[in-house]
Amino acid sequence: MWDYIKLIVLGLIVVLAAIAANYARDPAYMVNALTIMLAAGAVFLWTLRHADEPKPVAPQNEYFDGVVRAGVIATALWGVVGFLVGVIIAFQLAYPELNFEWAQGYANFGRLRPLHTSAVIFAFGGNALIASSFYVVQRTSAARLWGGNLGWFVFWGYQLMIVMAATGYLLGATQSKEYAEPEWMTDWWLTVVWLAYLAVFLGTLIKRKEPHIYVANWFYLAFIITVAMLHVFNNLSIPVSLFGSKSVQVFSGVQDAMVQWWYGHNAVGFFLTAGFLGMMYYFVPKQAERPVFSYKLSIIHFWALIFLYIWAGPHHLHYTALPDWAATLGMVFSIMLWMPSWGGMINGLMTLSGAWDKLRTDPIIRMMVVSIGFYGMSTFEGPMMSIKAVNSLSHYTDWTIGHVHSGALGWNGMITFGALYYLTPKLWNREGLYSLKLVSWHFWLATIGIVLYASSMWVTGIMEGLMWREVDANGFLVNAFADTVVAKFPMLVVRGLGGVMFLTGSLIMCYNLWMTVKAQPERASDNAFVPAE
Amino acid sequence: MSKKSIRHQEGDPETTGHSWDGIEEFDNPMPRWWLWTFYVCIFWALLYSIAYPAWPMISRATPGLLGASTRADVAAEIQEFSDRLAPIRAKLEAAELTEISSDPELAGYANNAGAAVFRTWCAQCHGSGAAGVQASGYPNLLDDDWLWGGDIEAIHTTITHGIRNTTDEDARISDMPRFGADELLEEPEIDQVVQHVMAISGQEHDAEMATAGAVVFEENCAACHMEDGTGNRDLGAPNLTDAIWLYGGDTEALTYSVYYSRGGVMPNWAPRLSEADIRSVATYVHGLGGGE
Repeated sequence: MWDYIKLIVLGLIVVLAAIAANYARDPAYMVNALTIMLAAGAVFLWTLRHADEPKPVAPQNEYFDGVVRAGVIATALWGVVGFLVGVIIAFQLAYPELNFEWAQGYANFGRLRPLHTSAVIFAFGGNALIASSFYVVQRTSAARLWGGNLGWFVFWGYQLMIVMAATGYLLGATQSKEYAEPEWMTDWWLTVVWLAYLAVFLGTLIKRKEPHIYVANWFYLAFIITVAMLHVFNNLSIPVSLFGSKSVQVFSGVQDAMVQWWYGHNAVGFFLTAGFLGMMYYFVPKQAERPVFSYKLSIIHFWALIFLYIWAGPHHLHYTALPDWAATLGMVFSIMLWMPSWGGMINGLMTLSGAWDKLRTDPIIRMMVVSIGFYGMSTFEGPMMSIKAVNSLSHYTDWTIGHVHSGALGWNGMITFGALYYLTPKLWNREGLYSLKLVSWHFWLATIGIVLYASSMWVTGIMEGLMWREVDANGFLVNAFADTVVAKFPMLVVRGLGGVMFLTGSLIMCYNLWMTVKAQPERASDNAFVPAE
Repeated sequence: MSKKSIRHQEGDPETTGHSWDGIEEFDNPMPRWWLWTFYVCIFWALLYSIAYPAWPMISRATPGLLGASTRADVAAEIQEFSDRLAPIRAKLEAAELTEISSDPELAGYANNAGAAVFRTWCAQCHGSGAAGVQASGYPNLLDDDWLWGGDIEAIHTTITHGIRNTTDEDARISDMPRFGADELLEEPEIDQVVQHVMAISGQEHDAEMATAGAVVFEENCAACHMEDGTGNRDLGAPNLTDAIWLYGGDTEALTYSVYYSRGGVMPNWAPRLSEADIRSVATYVHGLGGGE
């Protein structure tokens, strides 16, 4: 019966998507509609072929790991795509000739840049968060993932969102809001998927067999709930036509800017900080095989972080139409945020006390330590850059880009790599990784790549800021904008090379993970769960 | 039973007694330095928000004890320079254009200010070195080849009113016919006249076609470009004999120019720049090397 309802609904979606594609006002909308039609059609056929078959009963005393395995693969794949596009646009900035004439309107910098940011943050980071949260919440709750196949819906629904957003960018559908570029139809779909994600996560927590909720899950839950709220408010927009991708924001002017950066800052705060802290709180103690340093610290820094982060957004709009009072609040909340952010760093690093010897033998631990180090550095750099006087120099320069990347490559990238190295042998029941030596290679390539990236962007950012503000005795500007562009060239090349190293490292990782699954001897599954007493 | 993946060591502190998938937590206190730095940050934030505009109230936000305002700061900074420069700018606006370069005080200021105006407003098209973009229609301002005249007054007029824009009634206007697209000339005639232009600009050409082209030129082009092809600055008609080309001088580029016509647009700067700034940038451009 259930199968037939599913078939009817899927058939309807196929027909409606086909109609929408037929009436499409722009190519981006048409490609999105066709994508939905194909996706729904594929699920329709799959359901049809398996209709009336006896359903395999999932063993209720085992963890639901299929979706986590898929998530690990998706994370690695999207990571490579995102890094590759990043390398391409880095060289497009250094060598504008790479904005090929034949690719104008599809693969020029303006179209590829949101593809890069969304691919690394939402496709790579998002898949890493969804997969790791599904893994962690099951283990630390001693419960199978709630909602049965809803977990699969979250995974495939999220991939569909990524494909819709990415094809939309290349064809010119964008809200022009940084990190919230996808247009209304993608936004609506993501809202559905995200609520399903919240339900799966919360449902698993509610049926947990452990008396307490582990700290990693506090962070994951805060991330899921806050991102839902941010996403909905920043995407309040009215479609111009139901058959076109363009929409109009309900906020305008400085209100729109403020909502955008309330969203943008907390996308960093809750997606890239809170969510990944959840990852850190599970994988670091696991890999180090040591207890978490301080429970008290985790409580205080969690609540302080959650409460303070949400107010810091205005520091993205210093010296603009934003009123002074809002800028002041954004700045002082950012300063207060420094220590709560560092609480996570302390808890992560101090967890290693008593296991420091592992730094010599375990490249995965080394990766995690460097990751926490970059986390600490960028969460110091962030509050510093929020100070108005510093911001007047740093804003709009490459310093900001360097800051974002020391956080994204250093913290998010490295902790995710650590988690993938931890997860792959566990999920595929293999005797350890294929090669620790390759992990070492990945570690050094990535670390040196990040250092090249961040330091070249510091140099070029500060230089740019100083050149822009330089005035002569009569108050006239000394440099033309084009002069600063010329002066940046060597640093832009170094940045691109840093990106190439980071990308190479990630390819080595993919090979290593692939060979782990292919060639490592199997071991007995420890997939069944038993709660602690 | 929990999986004991955690190794305990001599001298470890107490744990909280919970265990999740083998993960335990020590009952360590928060590091003192961390806590105190956090307190200091909060205290500083409080003081700062009292000193500066911060807390939104019913009709407006608290102004802060220091009465700070970023808008007022910018306005004051601009005012300071305006006040300081007012006398020399007044003198610059009152002077005859032709006298600016011979008065050392005015020339010094005008070149300095003009260079800054140029970097901000003109460099986008004419390049930060003022060399233009060759063959793309952005004229080189360093040479002595002028479309609309190269003395200080002509340059001043061009900057003030612009070229072929729709926003200034007095903009410099000229419009070359589209000889091919509008079928004013047959294609063989265009090929011939192109060869003639190649000839008068001293390039390799087909002599026979060029001879035929001379007739076409005289009937269709000479009215503006003059019979010898040296152009007419009153009409902005370029000199075709000097081997300096705005849109390229090879057969292909010339054929395109005759077929479709070409002409650039320059904004009128009068509404955006003060008279003193326009005079400054005119002096600067005049002094780049080609001024007459």
